[in-house]
Amino acid sequence: MSMPFGYVSPEQEMRDKADFARKGIARGRSVVVLQYENGILFVAPNASRALHKISEIYDRIGFAAVGKYNEFEALRLGGIRYADINGYTYDRGDVTARGLANLYAQSLGMVFTESRKPYEVELVVAEVGDTPDGDQIYRLTFDGSVADEHGYVAMGGVADAVAGRLKDRFREGMPLEAALDAALAALTEPGGERTPVAQLEVAVLDRTREHRKFQRLSGPRLERLLAAGGGTAKAGKAGGGSTAGKPTGAKETGAKEAGPADTGPATAPEGDIDTGSPE
Amino acid sequence: MTAQRGWMNDLFRDTGSTSFTEFVGSYAPGLLPGRFEASGPVGDRLPHATTIVAAVFAGGVVIAGDRRATSGNYISQKDMEKVFRTDEYSAMGIAGTASVGMELARLYCVELEHYEKREGRTLSVEGKANRLATMIRGNLPMAMQGLAVVPLFAAFDETSARGRIYSYDVGGGPYEQTGYASIGSGSLFARGALKKLYREGMSAEDTVLACVNALYDAADDDSATGGPDVTRKIWPLIAVIDDEGYRRLSDEEVEGYVRRMLDQRLQTPDGPTAPLR
Repeated sequence: MSMPFGYVSPEQEMRDKADFARKGIARGRSVVVLQYENGILFVAPNASRALHKISEIYDRIGFAAVGKYNEFEALRLGGIRYADINGYTYDRGDVTARGLANLYAQSLGMVFTESRKPYEVELVVAEVGDTPDGDQIYRLTFDGSVADEHGYVAMGGVADAVAGRLKDRFREGMPLEAALDAALAALTEPGGERTPVAQLEVAVLDRTREHRKFQRLSGPRLERLLAAGGGTAKAGKAGGGSTAGKPTGAKETGAKEAGPADTGPATAPEGDIDTGSPE
Repeated sequence: MTAQRGWMNDLFRDTGSTSFTEFVGSYAPGLLPGRFEASGPVGDRLPHATTIVAAVFAGGVVIAGDRRATSGNYISQKDMEKVFRTDEYSAMGIAGTASVGMELARLYCVELEHYEKREGRTLSVEGKANRLATMIRGNLPMAMQGLAVVPLFAAFDETSARGRIYSYDVGGGPYEQTGYASIGSGSLFARGALKKLYREGMSAEDTVLACVNALYDAADDDSATGGPDVTRKIWPLIAVIDDEGYRRLSDEEVEGYVRRMLDQRLQTPDGPTAPLR
């Protein structure tokens, strides 16, 4: 990166780092996080059963990540320590997703500016509230930008295409089956095969649960949910067919270009760095 | 992570251990219980929690505690809760110095949860019991100064589908108990009652009733154990752990058991008798 006697402008250096991080993230499969009737749903195609992309952080807080495993695993463990120590010091109710998102933003921002290699990760921190209005979804990018998302988020390799497909299918207050179906439809390229159940990592933050709201869905229960949502899948696919051309085209180049402003924070230095303002 | 400094460096620094206690010990040791030296015995002046009983039934375990905390002859709290849900399939009751016990229970809950979140699996029942033993042993210096606390640990073992009970002394343990166990100042009387009332393979309902009787007998003969308070509607705290997880019985449910027992005791004040032959 640094040439002998060569001057590299800060803009160039940041842009190089951002390109590097974006390339790394684009190599992985996408992850989708969306609100449903009773909480927040996380869906990640993941061939590994041991290396999770989705995790519980605390009673009401969940975590999803894409990118380099060792990097987001370190962030996940740090987040669990942050939550556990705050809950132990004060009260369980005093641990918030906002605080955790701030911690991650600080950490990611510092790594991005100070170390030679930025983290090749993108995170979602979500907190389920007592009502859908209380739900919070924060998306964090490799440079420490925070975006306060509403409804749904897609991140990873072809995030823009996935987000586009999800936008067509997402409705507020969807039942779990429908939300799961929408997520899977969004994660599948038009005309492509859906990810088999065995390679799906699915979890919910369910506000109706007692104590800890996070729950993994797998095995027979997940199969039943997928079967129940299957009826709407066909209709959804047929409806989305007319716009099929655009997402496939975007897929090829989307990874290298900065995302459009409406689907997430731009991460190059000259872009809108932080869209995390409450609206 | 080399670029990070200060407090965040501590949060993201991996201690290499799955133990929350060890992490707190390196990050904020002042938060751990038992990190101070009392200048003399203080135990007598602090509130003490008293009797806990636990009994295994077919497919689970019941753990129950009275509600009294005492300092000397003074009743410092009438409605104390000293049975704690530690995770989905386990619970602990405490006897001894109330404040230390509550803090210990809170730390132990986080300890189990921390492991579970970090590793993506729950500890085995033996693992949980051993972990608690280590924490009790860590409290030994304080116990020597009169701040002793002893837990009773009850858990449902998912691998063998049965309830299990572990008891401890101030030096640690664990001692696995078969059938039933009790701790605290009224434990002798409670154990005597359970010895006569407990049958192997009892239903959950009968086991709860036996525990309610045992606590009543303890309160009958031990001034530090509180009996059911009918006027204030303060009932023993009873939890059932089976394959569906931890469930604390509601006040109404417990009142039902207590009233049944009281009705019987109005006829025979010493409660049910075991057959002699």
